[in-house]
Amino acid sequence: MANERDIQRPRGAVRQEAKATAAAATAPRGAARHQVTLKAKSQSWWRHNLLTAKEALSRLLQTPLPTLMTLAVLAIALTLPGIMYLALKNINALSQQWQGGPRVSLYLQASLPDDEAQRFSQELLLRQDLQAVELISKAQGLYDFKKASGLGDIFDYIQGNPLPAVVVLQPVDQTAEAMTRLQEEFSALPEVAEVVLDIEWVKRLAAFVEVANRIVVVLGGLLALAVLLVVGNTIRLIIENRRDEILVAKLVGATDAWIRRPFLYTGFWFGVLGGLMAVLLIGFSLVLITEPVNQLIGLYQSGFVLQGLSPDEVVILLASGLLLGLMGARLAVGQHLQEIEPR
Amino acid sequence: MIEFSHVSKRYPTGHDALRDVNFSLGRGELAFLTGHSGAGKSTLLRLIMLMERPSSGTIQVAGQTLTQLKSAEIPFHRRRIGVVFQNHQLLFDRSVFDNIALPLHISGYHLDDIGKRVRAALDKVGLLSKEKLNPVTLSTGEQQRIGIARAIVNRPQLILADEPTGNLDPELSAEIMRLFMEFNHHGTTVLIASHDLALINQMDCRVLTLNQGRMTQHG
Ligand SMILES: Nc1ncnc2c1ncn2[C@@H]1O[C@H](COP(=O)(O)OP(=O)(O)O)[C@@H](O)[C@H]1O
Ligand SMILES: [Mg+2]
Repeated sequence: MANERDIQRPRGAVRQEAKATAAAATAPRGAARHQVTLKAKSQSWWRHNLLTAKEALSRLLQTPLPTLMTLAVLAIALTLPGIMYLALKNINALSQQWQGGPRVSLYLQASLPDDEAQRFSQELLLRQDLQAVELISKAQGLYDFKKASGLGDIFDYIQGNPLPAVVVLQPVDQTAEAMTRLQEEFSALPEVAEVVLDIEWVKRLAAFVEVANRIVVVLGGLLALAVLLVVGNTIRLIIENRRDEILVAKLVGATDAWIRRPFLYTGFWFGVLGGLMAVLLIGFSLVLITEPVNQLIGLYQSGFVLQGLSPDEVVILLASGLLLGLMGARLAVGQHLQEIEPR
Repeated sequence: MIEFSHVSKRYPTGHDALRDVNFSLGRGELAFLTGHSGAGKSTLLRLIMLMERPSSGTIQVAGQTLTQLKSAEIPFHRRRIGVVFQNHQLLFDRSVFDNIALPLHISGYHLDDIGKRVRAALDKVGLLSKEKLNPVTLSTGEQQRIGIARAIVNRPQLILADEPTGNLDPELSAEIMRLFMEFNHHGTTVLIASHDLALINQMDCRVLTLNQGRMTQHG
């Protein structure tokens, strides 16, 4: 209540000036206008911004089809890098689940009896430089293989178990050097037939992810540029359509900021709405691929769950849309508003 | 209110539109600016509005030297002046009310205030009943009056009009001129560019005459 009265007081002062007599009308007017308090001024600034934002939105909605087409282009341009990013995120998560870290597999001599293999692996458990030691006995290996390959029947025709026992080690020091040293050491042991380092594919995956990351960044940059240009060009057309209005506004004392504002808000709405549509498109795409992905994962008996956008990532996507929309608008406005001057 | 001293304007084309113009118009005065077509009337008004800058000389408006104004100050200078320019007429994408309200929105008036001021301006030009119409549906004379309402809605200290009766018949023209006289009686300074000598002679006011960019008569 008190607030409201504060705002009305300076207005009252201005209104009185309207009733002033002819003689007084000229001189004191400037003074009366300057009585408008800072607070009322900032209130009016906010009110104007809110109004301008609303009007920019309703103008966009007045031409639904062109607006929708521009928004669709923006949404697709934002969706593509979003989906590529999600794919990478899922690949990363998947590789982490399959592989806690690089491992060393010791293939034991096929002739080594089960109890000897057991004792060998228990000795390894005592070593300080190993995090984890797991023995996969001949029988376990055969069982796993039958189940994973689906070729179980074949083994019914083969006498005995051709598979060796395997000890899988997880070293504490997982650098390539340390692992190579371990490889040399274990190769010398009589129980071990072969040592296989499990780091090659980890390296390859990391390299692949790195390349894919770069591609996402480059493509994301290009598509961001596309968003800028689309917004910039659309707003250039809107400015051209409102040329008369801009001329009249400049003539009756509009500041550059006042003239820029509606177009900046148009860019803002393009960005925000395009971003929202992109979030929806990404969600929709996820729904479409979840089923086949789950089937694929089911084949590998993994507990992996397909990951969508986290709330943080949604915010980042919306913010990028907003920022690009504003920047595109700013570019168009900076280029074209200067050219429109009343003559 | 307006003071020109040794003002010349040469356009980039090399054409001298104004040559060494000197005159002053006091606060609360009304004057006609006349001369043949191409004499420099519109150029003179554009200089006052800072739509153009003079090539030499100084112009003062309401005690302010225009050459000293920075571009950022131009909008605030223009808010003190009401203009009726033929080529900057009404916007046909909005109602009469919204056309007249534009200068008030630009100056940051409160919404309630805007309504009152717009209706007061419409009342003065006698078109209060037309506020909701689109100006495209109005006659030329009515459109011109709406333009005038837009020029005065901000209660300017100075009104500039460029050929405000350009394409109106004599009766309507006289009516428009009476409106300007009335604003002048309420203390507003008025400068009207017109080549309609018959009408000007009827009015018995101060006349400034331009001839090929020179001011040959200051009234
Ligand atoms: N922007 C411009 N560039 C070049 N010459 C111009 C420009 N505006 C007006 N002129 C010239 O300046 C002269 C005066 O023009 P103007 O002030 O419009 O005269 P009036 O309004 O008296 O008819 C004319 O010869 C016109 O051709
Ligand atoms: Mg002219």
